[in-house]
Amino acid sequence: MNMIRNFIVIAACFVLSAHPGQSAEAPKLPAPSIEQRVGDLEAYMNNAARVTDGKAESKVSGGGPGHSAWMMTSAALVLFMTLPGLALFYGGLVRRKNILSVMAQCLALAGVVSLLWWGCGYSLTFGRGNGWLGGFQHAFLQGVGTDPNPDYAQWVPHSLFMVYQLMFAIITPALTIGAIAERMKFKAIMLFSVLWMFVVYFPAAHWVWGADGWMNGIGNDAAKIKAIDFAGGIVVHMTSGWSALALCIVLGKRLGYGKEPMQPHSMALCMVGTGMLWAGWYGFNAGSAVAADGVAVNAFVTTTLSAAAGCFTWPAIEYCVRGTPSVLGFCSGAVAGLATITPASGFVTPGVAVLIGILAGAATWYACNVIKAKFKYDDSLDTFGVHAVGGTIGTILAGVFATTAANPNLGADRIKGYVGTSLWLEQLKAGAIVLVWSVLATVILAKVVSALCDGLRVGDEVETIGLDLAEHGEEGYHG
Amino acid sequence: MKKIEAIIKPFKLEDVKEALKDIGITGMTVTEVKGFGRQKGHTEIYRGSEYTVDFLPKTKIELAVPDNLVKQAVELIVKTARTGKIGDGKVFVSTLEDAVRIRTDERGDAAV
Repeated sequence: MNMIRNFIVIAACFVLSAHPGQSAEAPKLPAPSIEQRVGDLEAYMNNAARVTDGKAESKVSGGGPGHSAWMMTSAALVLFMTLPGLALFYGGLVRRKNILSVMAQCLALAGVVSLLWWGCGYSLTFGRGNGWLGGFQHAFLQGVGTDPNPDYAQWVPHSLFMVYQLMFAIITPALTIGAIAERMKFKAIMLFSVLWMFVVYFPAAHWVWGADGWMNGIGNDAAKIKAIDFAGGIVVHMTSGWSALALCIVLGKRLGYGKEPMQPHSMALCMVGTGMLWAGWYGFNAGSAVAADGVAVNAFVTTTLSAAAGCFTWPAIEYCVRGTPSVLGFCSGAVAGLATITPASGFVTPGVAVLIGILAGAATWYACNVIKAKFKYDDSLDTFGVHAVGGTIGTILAGVFATTAANPNLGADRIKGYVGTSLWLEQLKAGAIVLVWSVLATVILAKVVSALCDGLRVGDEVETIGLDLAEHGEEGYHG
Repeated sequence: MKKIEAIIKPFKLEDVKEALKDIGITGMTVTEVKGFGRQKGHTEIYRGSEYTVDFLPKTKIELAVPDNLVKQAVELIVKTARTGKIGDGKVFVSTLEDAVRIRTDERGDAAV
């Protein structure tokens, strides 16, 4: 109790001391000339740095309205991917006795991750610190106001960038629960997820996206590995997907797996969720430009084409192999196309996106149908098969196909020597390190959580009755 | 007085009901049921997982009829519900001890 009281007192001090939107007293700058004023407007239109920076007082205060409007929309779209997109996509795929457990997990993660993000998650991920982890300077959103943070965006308020990135932090652990659906204790999932955010997500996102991250090839001159990850192939899909594989193996198979029927209880809900994921993904990928500019539009186009190609490829393979293209095939292929284009979406041209989508559909079909059957792990809803496989392939292909024609930022001195040559190798290095880190951390955390929660799994009786009734005291359907 | 139970293909229900009404059958109970006979089930595949579904949806009609209508009713059901393909269903006939109309307390044939 004392600990909780102390935490509340400290939190309250931080909350009350933070003044969003106000920067420290700066020396008074001279009034801008007409040229400087026009220059600021051009900078806004072109998403470039203000020309008045440090030289004169800018007449355009805070963020730019167009860029901000798109980023608020994008943030809402990315949340929409989890609530209710992923909840329905996953919820439809489990048996009817477990639909609420999946929804509860998605909602609970949205709640707890938001609070972590506010407390120190954002600061550890996007604050400057060292190559491995950010600092605590933005804990409780100190100094995160409506002025842009030039580390990440010229024309988007810092607080908006923060809340946009929060939505990524929410969906990442929510993706993982697909692999362990229908059998893990709710409290164990929550404890695991909280620890996982600190050990895997905050660090890995800082490595790849943080202003001083050691793998941030496009944003950090001092990066040791010159990796690029436009919207989260490494940060979101590889961390969640590879952790999901490790966790589902540690956890073990569902009771009766491979013997009893475990069909999805509602392909209709699954399809509705897929549509929401696809639509929401525009916020995820095009929003990752952190501006409403040409890079964002290109990402919008590549995202569409890859999703479409994946959505076509998976069921086409089914049609050739067994004669019936399934709705789950269309859904899985679309999500695979989306996950795979994610790291490349803002770096490649539309033609390449079609190729990536086709490869995505084929590779994830192979993973879910052949590899899974061969190794007999119970990745219940194929988080590994779709997200880890798609994210990993997309990360490497982003290195192969990235071009300044799609994203002029690749022409920066710090990265241009790698583009079109050895960038794929940098991608491979970054991906491999994050993969190993995610798997090791997951196995260790699973052991810790198992010890603290008296086992990770619910009892056999609970698993048979269903998690909805036993863990949440509710049923998804009556009658 | 007999009880007729017929398991038929769901899409034949409307035809069977109309035919029975035409010969003076005034009531029946209909249930959606699942089961298997010679038709067996079917296979469903979700991503890599294949499931055999043994039970197929059928419709069960139950009706109580006076002895003089039994033969005609059974023949009519068989004629109407038949497609000639496997899975058309079955008709069972059994003897009924008694029947009671709850509203009036009528017994036997008068109650059905």
